[in-house]
Amino acid sequence: MPNFLRESLHKRQTVLDALFRNLTRLSAFSVLALLAAIIASLVVGSMPAIHAFGFGFITSAEWDPVNDQYGALIPIVGTLITSFIALLIAIPVSFGIAVFLTELAPDWMRRPLGIAVELLAGIPSIIYGMWGLFVFAPLFADHVEPWLTENIGSWPFIGPFFSGPPMGIGMLTAGIILAIMIIPFIASVMRDVFDVVPTMLKESAYGLGSTTWEVMLKVVLPYTKIGVVGGIMLGLGRALGETMAVTFVIGNAHELNQSLLMPGNSISSALANEFAEAVGELYTSSLIELGLILFFITFVVLSLARLMLHKLQKREGHGA
Amino acid sequence: MKMLNSFVLVTGILITSTAFAVDITGAGATFPYPLYAKWAEAYKIKTGVGMNYQSIGSGGGIKQIQAKTVDFGASDAPMTPEELSKNGLMQFPTVIGGVVPIVNLEGIAQGTLKLSGQVLADIYQGKITQWNDPRIVADNAGLNLPSKLITVVHRADGSGTTFIFTHYLAQVSASWKNDVGADKAVKWPVGTGGKGNEGVASFVQTIKNSIGYVEYAYALQNKMNFVQLKNLEGQFVAPNDDSFKAAAANAKWDKKKGFYEILTNQTGKGSWPITGATFVLIPQSPEKIDNAKEVLKFFDWAYSNGDKLASDLDYVPLPAKLKTTIHDAWKEQVKDKSGKALWK
Repeated sequence: MPNFLRESLHKRQTVLDALFRNLTRLSAFSVLALLAAIIASLVVGSMPAIHAFGFGFITSAEWDPVNDQYGALIPIVGTLITSFIALLIAIPVSFGIAVFLTELAPDWMRRPLGIAVELLAGIPSIIYGMWGLFVFAPLFADHVEPWLTENIGSWPFIGPFFSGPPMGIGMLTAGIILAIMIIPFIASVMRDVFDVVPTMLKESAYGLGSTTWEVMLKVVLPYTKIGVVGGIMLGLGRALGETMAVTFVIGNAHELNQSLLMPGNSISSALANEFAEAVGELYTSSLIELGLILFFITFVVLSLARLMLHKLQKREGHGA
Repeated sequence: MKMLNSFVLVTGILITSTAFAVDITGAGATFPYPLYAKWAEAYKIKTGVGMNYQSIGSGGGIKQIQAKTVDFGASDAPMTPEELSKNGLMQFPTVIGGVVPIVNLEGIAQGTLKLSGQVLADIYQGKITQWNDPRIVADNAGLNLPSKLITVVHRADGSGTTFIFTHYLAQVSASWKNDVGADKAVKWPVGTGGKGNEGVASFVQTIKNSIGYVEYAYALQNKMNFVQLKNLEGQFVAPNDDSFKAAAANAKWDKKKGFYEILTNQTGKGSWPITGATFVLIPQSPEKIDNAKEVLKFFDWAYSNGDKLASDLDYVPLPAKLKTTIHDAWKEQVKDKSGKALWK
């Protein structure tokens, strides 16, 4: 190949290379720019509410569109409690699914079951909401809630959480529906990370006489800790922001109730319900501030998870 | 060459047809959406003029017409005369609908439970909590009311239906007026919220011993157990076309006040007490004259030809006298820059 040709080829490659590098950089930075723009517009949009209510917005349980008085306590509490209930149910169930699929299930069963779990993750949330309202809620109201109020309702401390008339809809129902929705996410991540544990590690543990339970707890879990926490965080992220399914079953009442069987509200369902008909600057701006708070909660939860992982890794480094 | 010719021809047709028919746009209330869509369909066949209506909610409709991004806005709650003149808007009603309390009570036949407005307000304020409360029983001799807790269901989203309902409760109960008030969303003292009419309807259908309120068409189509209400004249009436019409006929519509009239608690022996009209908002001196003319033509057509479509969908058409007054209002209030009336 003549020299000048090689040179021009080389030149073209350098230009293409630079172009490619800048293109990828642009894509990466556009995410940052988008994030900054969303935060900025949320902050600007919620300014009137921040000026009017200040810090009290977060601690006030008042939500009165007639007198233009707004507080975010009830939706914040509702969002956190429903997500907590969802995790409480989803983590052990997902763990069970993942253990069964990776360690215990016969080979012919693994694929169909795994695909079924992944299909569950693909169902649109409104379907979960409608199923929750029309199928789950009536069954829950007729068979589970009366039993809960009768048997647990009189216990000290825990009792008040399970009292009230059986309606089928409320915080507990929303938490359970959320759990069903996030189980496929957590379970499939757990299964994938359990799968990458080197067989040799597990075999050695079995060889030393460990039971499956011991292998899972002492070998597989420590080895896959980061992936497992990541999967749980993915589920939590979805639970915090889930809108449609929660709106259907949470009851949408701006009331602070100790009982989990009573209706409550979450940030995203308050937004979904009220944004279209919100008239007046303060009303709209309070709703935007709710959005900002949800953004903040998600951010804090994810950062805490990162921090926790970081600490875990560090401690492990020292131990070794 | 041939292709070029046909291209010119096609563009020519496209240009003339757009100049010929101005499609009009509207946005707002969800309540009249099914009817506006039907009207638009029939009108398009008749005249070739399309009407594109987005049911984004009354609040959105008001914002859109203020920003002049649509040719007309639609709202279930009327704007006050002051708001209208501040925004340079003109307002008129299009159809009437009713809000109906519905219950889920075993052993009570449809339309047999009787409630007075005061009792209804007290149920929604949590002051009456049992179905066999003496004040409910007093109006319902012969009905076997259970000694069960009442579950109150209301709308979770902001809505014109809620506005009409709470407006009625505020008229009949002083404590409701002081403690809660009337608006498209209020601070509900008790109860569970459903999203949309369908949300409230399905809550009432699934929760035993509950009470809710929906638009008449929903109660009818879902065969819900509606109640009779005591009106201003002390008569118990059932919700139907006649009782809505009676309420509309007894209202004092005033074109100077932008037809600001909420038909709750009207006089007249046969009047259903929770009735309301839905409204259209147009600019008083529109920038797009052609579009504004088409909007008026559309509603003129709807008033003279659309009553049957309205009744088919369980809306109640306006009384004839009111339609004439609305035409007068168009003449007087909608003008171009030179002050000439758009409607002749």
